[in-house]
Amino acid sequence: MKLSGEEVLHIALLARLGSTETEVNRLSEQLSNILESFEILQQVDTTSIPPTAHSVALQNVVRNDEATTSLPQSQILANAPRREENWFRVRAVLE
Amino acid sequence: MILSNNQLTIHEAHRLLKSRQLSSVELTKACLERIHQVEPKVHALVTITDELALRQAQKADELLAGGDTNPLTGIPLVIKDNMCTKGVRTTCSSRMLENFVPPYDAAVVEKLNGCGVVVVGKANMDEFAMGSSTENSALFITHNPWDLSRVPGGSSGGSAVGVAAGEAIYAIGSDTGGSIRQPAGFCSVTGLKPTYGRVSRYGLVAFASSLDQIGPLTQDATDCALVLNAIAGYDTRDSTSVPEPTPDYTQCLNTDLNGFHIGVPKEYFVKGMQDEVEIAIKAAISQLEEMGATVDWEVSLPHTPYALAVYYIIAPSEASANLARYDGVKYGFSYQDADSMWEAMEKTRQYGFGAEVKRRIMLGTYALSAGYYDAWYLKAQKVRTLIRQEFDQAFEKFDALITPTSPTVPFKIGEKIDDPLQMYLSDVCTLPINIAGVPAISIPAGFADGLPIGMQIIGKPFSEETLLKVAYAYQQATEWHKRKPNI
Repeated sequence: MKLSGEEVLHIALLARLGSTETEVNRLSEQLSNILESFEILQQVDTTSIPPTAHSVALQNVVRNDEATTSLPQSQILANAPRREENWFRVRAVLE
Repeated sequence: MILSNNQLTIHEAHRLLKSRQLSSVELTKACLERIHQVEPKVHALVTITDELALRQAQKADELLAGGDTNPLTGIPLVIKDNMCTKGVRTTCSSRMLENFVPPYDAAVVEKLNGCGVVVVGKANMDEFAMGSSTENSALFITHNPWDLSRVPGGSSGGSAVGVAAGEAIYAIGSDTGGSIRQPAGFCSVTGLKPTYGRVSRYGLVAFASSLDQIGPLTQDATDCALVLNAIAGYDTRDSTSVPEPTPDYTQCLNTDLNGFHIGVPKEYFVKGMQDEVEIAIKAAISQLEEMGATVDWEVSLPHTPYALAVYYIIAPSEASANLARYDGVKYGFSYQDADSMWEAMEKTRQYGFGAEVKRRIMLGTYALSAGYYDAWYLKAQKVRTLIRQEFDQAFEKFDALITPTSPTVPFKIGEKIDDPLQMYLSDVCTLPINIAGVPAISIPAGFADGLPIGMQIIGKPFSEETLLKVAYAYQQATEWHKRKPNI
């Protein structure tokens, strides 16, 4: 399993992760090594074995449809990097 | 008065607090003094909450004077810095959350506050709990109090050191692939990862949602039971929390091991395991055999060698999804000097995350991406089923399985940091337990040249009582857990 620099850049784009050329080269080497060692999984026969998403058999957990109080706006906005009055200020999505 | 307040266990301190021979303020001051004395050497704490602690201690003394008998009232602890504490910054040891002040308390913090506890600090960790040595903290490196040139383990390294070095009486950590047990083993404290779903994760910063679990790090099994009593239980705010009844975990603490069946899975005594570790663990199991337990030394869990790959596909995949929320808009680090939304987001994540976190986001994004999902992620989930089935089968025959917590004693700072695969291998004994979702405890089981060795006891789902009982029995017969580092 070899991940090229180009593939690393594609994954970085999917993950919205900026990276330098040095990082891309390092990741290409490290991820290739890691994935190569994980190829042993292909040795395991998993025919007709169902996947496990998590280990307790809970399904469709829903809460009652009850109104509860939310945190005050001022507290939620206290950590905002950029705000304007009672809003989060964001960059334009559509240019 | 007392030899040293900060070497008291919870149950010892509680007795003195209840009989008014000691006040919570005195105990808290002793811990804070100890923190200021040893912190320049061990660097276990991201934030020291001395003012909050003294306020809580005063309140606890009032509660005690009014006849409060909760065993945790007035007793100081440290909390891993990935659990939200209202008004106290919660960094996850990341640049991304360096200045994040949560507007609410995590469920465990809420429950502990309800017991009148005293929080003396927030503990250092590997960034976003990704790591096995606490060297991945973006803030600073934590040192092992048994040998300052060595790592304390991770990712709950600061929590384990806080207890081992006497900065607090106990700690709370989180465990996704060994992050409570491995540092507990490396620092010679008792650390429990409860069954998946036993403790609410509401307010725990998410890493890998199908694996994360919160648990205690303490000085002995009795303390572990007392803390679990306080934090276990169903919570509607965590949809994976399980509505199982919560017993009184102290009721199971006895030394009767007659009729008790222990299995020793041979795959956990891996190639490259340090001889002293193998010898110490086998001696500890023999001790339990002498105390009445029946031991099968030749149990086989043949899918164990695949657990590492399963874990390092599933955990990074879940992490890549969970960490997508860090976009620099609502909270956390935000890169400002960008021309577009996408550039701002990419640079926020580039500068806000450290190398290991980025590596795992990349690995997970790859395993989930179109064309690779079936070969990696789905395959790992299927092998996960086989690993879980193997544990289920073993627990039809055995009450507990016993293994080393780690294949080696604590390694040197810097030794593995440049080789991610070597670092991942240090969790080889603890990862399968999270994959299966079963509970396990690490307890001190000896030393090699003055460095701690941990023993891992594994049980079936919701058998925390069984694990605590074995740990308690072993600790009644041995003194390893009473040794303290000379610092």
